[in-house]
Amino acid sequence: MSLIQLTATDLLKKLSAGEVTSVEVTQAFLDQIESADKQVGAFLSVTKDSALEQAADVDSRRKAGKPVGLLGGVPVAIKDLLCTKGQVTTCASKMLENFIPPYDATVVRKIREADGVLIGKTNMDEFAMGGSTENSALGKTSNPWNLDCVPGGSSGGAAACVAASMAPLSIGTDTGGSIRQPAGFCGVTGLKPTYGRVSRFGLIAFASSLDQIGPMARTAEDAALLLEAISGHDPMDSTSANVASPQFSQTVGKPLEGLRIGLVKEHFGDGLDSEVEATVREAVKVYQSLGATISDVSLPHNKYAIATYYIIAPSEASSNLARYDGVHYGHRCDEKQMIEQLAAEKKAFEESGDEEGLRNMDTSLVRMYRQSRAEGLGPEVKRRIMLGTYTLSAGYYDAYYLKALKVRRLIRQDYDTAFKEVDLIVGPTTPSTAFKTGAKTDDPLSMYLEDLYTVSANLAGVGGISIPCGFSTTGMPIGLQLQAPPLAEEKLLQASHMFQQATDWHTRRPELS
Amino acid sequence: MSLSREDVEKVSLLSRLKLSEDELVVMTDQMSRIIDYIDLLSEVNTDDVEPMTHAVEQFNVFADDVVHQSLPRDEALANAPKRDDECFHVPAVLGD
Amino acid sequence: MSESLPYKIVIGLEVHVQLATKTKLFCRCSTEYGNAPNTQTCPVCLAMPGAMPVMNREAFQLGMRTACALDLQIPLFTKWDRKNYYYPDLPKGYQISQFDLPMSEKGTLYISDPKGRFEPKDVGIIRAHLEEDAGKSMHDEANGKADSRIDLNRCGTPLLEIVSEPDMSSPEEAKAYLEELKLILSYLGVSDCNMQEGSLRVDANINLHIETKNGKIATPIVEIKNMNSFRAVERALHYEAPRQYDIWQETGGVIGEISKETRGWDDSAQVTRAQREKEDMSDYRYFPEPDLAPVTVTEAQIAEVKASLSELPQQIRKRLQADYKISEYDAEVIVNQGQATVDYYEALVSKVNDGKLAANWITQGVLRILKEQQIEIDAFPITTDRLADLLSAVQNKEIDTTRAKDVFEKLLESETSVADMMKEMGIEKVDDSAIDSLCRELLEANPKVVADLKAGKQQAVGSLIGQAKKKNPNIDPGSFRKLCLEIVQSM
Repeated sequence: MSLIQLTATDLLKKLSAGEVTSVEVTQAFLDQIESADKQVGAFLSVTKDSALEQAADVDSRRKAGKPVGLLGGVPVAIKDLLCTKGQVTTCASKMLENFIPPYDATVVRKIREADGVLIGKTNMDEFAMGGSTENSALGKTSNPWNLDCVPGGSSGGAAACVAASMAPLSIGTDTGGSIRQPAGFCGVTGLKPTYGRVSRFGLIAFASSLDQIGPMARTAEDAALLLEAISGHDPMDSTSANVASPQFSQTVGKPLEGLRIGLVKEHFGDGLDSEVEATVREAVKVYQSLGATISDVSLPHNKYAIATYYIIAPSEASSNLARYDGVHYGHRCDEKQMIEQLAAEKKAFEESGDEEGLRNMDTSLVRMYRQSRAEGLGPEVKRRIMLGTYTLSAGYYDAYYLKALKVRRLIRQDYDTAFKEVDLIVGPTTPSTAFKTGAKTDDPLSMYLEDLYTVSANLAGVGGISIPCGFSTTGMPIGLQLQAPPLAEEKLLQASHMFQQATDWHTRRPELS
Repeated sequence: MSLSREDVEKVSLLSRLKLSEDELVVMTDQMSRIIDYIDLLSEVNTDDVEPMTHAVEQFNVFADDVVHQSLPRDEALANAPKRDDECFHVPAVLGD
Repeated sequence: MSESLPYKIVIGLEVHVQLATKTKLFCRCSTEYGNAPNTQTCPVCLAMPGAMPVMNREAFQLGMRTACALDLQIPLFTKWDRKNYYYPDLPKGYQISQFDLPMSEKGTLYISDPKGRFEPKDVGIIRAHLEEDAGKSMHDEANGKADSRIDLNRCGTPLLEIVSEPDMSSPEEAKAYLEELKLILSYLGVSDCNMQEGSLRVDANINLHIETKNGKIATPIVEIKNMNSFRAVERALHYEAPRQYDIWQETGGVIGEISKETRGWDDSAQVTRAQREKEDMSDYRYFPEPDLAPVTVTEAQIAEVKASLSELPQQIRKRLQADYKISEYDAEVIVNQGQATVDYYEALVSKVNDGKLAANWITQGVLRILKEQQIEIDAFPITTDRLADLLSAVQNKEIDTTRAKDVFEKLLESETSVADMMKEMGIEKVDDSAIDSLCRELLEANPKVVADLKAGKQQAVGSLIGQAKKKNPNIDPGSFRKLCLEIVQSM
């Protein structure tokens, strides 16, 4: 087996045993990126030199018998939504195409400190808004299982790079399903931790009360390893949970006794692809065979989750993205052209005697903002900013934003009730498998409805994981979603590991020419 | 259509986005359909339900009032599209 | 005065106070004033993508202290909100402030005027809440066409916004409110209140209530900005009230029909001018700040803060009047100088046991010098020990008040003790027998004066005092006068 086929856990074993060096491992993945990424397009930037430098440093310390961090020289890819000091961080947006942060996100710092080798930054939907990575302004990412299909999103590059063996571990972010859905589409393991488990400091905000960073990997064991490296309280993030972080890599292997699994009635209704349903029901049987008891639970407000989400997330986004105005960093329009344009508009108003038009004209500063943002931001980002501005604006706040916050509590209460009966909630990650590129780009609402099974976890703040549980007849991966009560990531990982011990879906790799 | 073109134009100014005529037409249609969809929430009874602002309820997160090193100025200004050695530049705030 | 005006003035004030923290409200950049542009910034206050705010504990504490001192109620739960608007000195595109659940509300501030220009009253305070300051835009004043330059050093500095009820009915009351507020803030030590450095900024809302044949009407509210001193506030309000009356007479426009206007005070022209505002600026789209945790406060914490408050100006004024039998006016003058002056006064009184005497010397002597030399009392060269020695000499009649003032002036320039200085100046107590013989000598030499005195013209003694002073400058005029009159009476 070549190095790139190994899991991070196995690579670590070989590294500590001295069978292989981090430079060799890193080079192997860099080579794979070199050959496979032309087709997949998972990376926006590859930091070859600094990765090899970091790897050599780990090797020399290991050789000298000095301490080596938890990730011990294994490469990690970072979604380009996390700030990396001195390395361009784009959010897949023209707005930030040349933005070089002067600081590291806490998660990036922790990965460096744990000796994870930062191999590159992965593609995504612009500002994490989307579910197919088609909203990237900087590149196209394809699903390694079928290059005509989308990898999912927004962490499409993060999922695709693991699926195509270009990185053993990668960091994704999940605001409404952006880790779990691409993990499902690409046949990898992706965990969205409980809100607050992982610091958001340095994660470029989409929707602050929903965003969460999480690990993507081939196995639950590897996801546990990466989660252990990145989780923990951070004084720089006021919403970071002030609780001790378990050693997930140590506990992931312990099987769960008497596991009670709940199937959400509402997750098996209209819109669910029959093949996906059948596969998920098979997966449930695996758990049954492992001694779990299965029962039905209800999340009665689930049908309001999408509407709630598409009020709260755009509202927060409209404010979070106000900073991209072309003043302190980011794209600014051509000022000369802009001034000329304004002069032409003024002349036209004057000639037609349009007093109101003249009065309402933008100042050059306001036009600079509007033009810079119009040029720097893509259509989906604009749509959500507009939507969020509308739902927060005078006269609509109570009907939309405040209402959504109340329904959000009801959604959370549904979970609390369900988790009195069961340990985990299990169901499909997505209603169907990865769709063809371009299939949904003209209809934003239909794209939004894809998030039906994933957004509730973000609204409620609970953790969720997607693991491979089978394939469609067309050869596309199908994801099984497990959700757990707040801060029960250990259970999610243990249950996932149990499944992966009993099945081999997670070991399958796409064949790239 | 739940939104008019004028509504959308007003929101575009509030959002500091300049939309072309074509974009305004498409945006009006798309936003209207999304607004119609999210209006679904009006059927939920939320009497006596407290709004949930944070996913995890936490209180009293403070930092001590101790000065940390600021960024060197050249780093603070490094990403600015227009600047001099000391300051960020924008088109005249006063004036026209 | 206002009785003769055809309208009633209604004034409410919004005061932004910079809290005396070392670091900003949401990051740990220094708040020090006056440094080179953009040298006190970090990813948080630059609003770099991904940066997050963390609340400054000290800022919250200072807010609590102020709230308690202003008798504001402190709710047990408070939270932060985003106020969204675009401006180049606001890099996030929103200001973190407090909207519907401020950290304090419903308080009062007592104002009075020793000169009696208005009746003492309690001015209501609607709320005081924490928020962050914006940066600074520097404009090209010359032609307004060049770029504006942005300095973010101040961006994120903690402010307490204190909003009064529209309870003030004259510019004088408004000024008194501001002066008393500033005094309280400096006694609390929560702010340096330096208006030149922008540590204290005032916006005034003013309109008029007018009795008409058809009942009472109110003119549209005008908010006045850009006032750089309390004097400017007073003048701007004096300017604005008749201006509004004129406009109303011209247009008849009343509140509700015409929206609120923002005007800037032009100090050089002494007028207010309309400020251009975009229509959409008023839709701030407030919503709860998801990046910050709300704050809960317990009754015990509030009690602790209240207990830790030092005495406040109005309490001290009352105490000084009661304890030292000084006038309301003197108490006002001393207390308005600040805590250090009160300390100086009390130290002096404890040594001379005469509140009135000590107050006179401070209000007429010490404070005059401070003003002339533009120094603070901490830098005043005469310690309370030395001043007490001088006052004791006056009390013991070793020196008269006029000569004591000469000594006082000399003491300013040296560190010599009062006794040595008096010796140096040849001042010594003249014993009673010497006064007696001088008195008799002069009476004998001035029969006309004696006659006048016998005729009841007591002022005639004045010429004798002059002569006595020439013969012996150390003569205490009071004692001399008294003795002369006694001798003449017994003649």
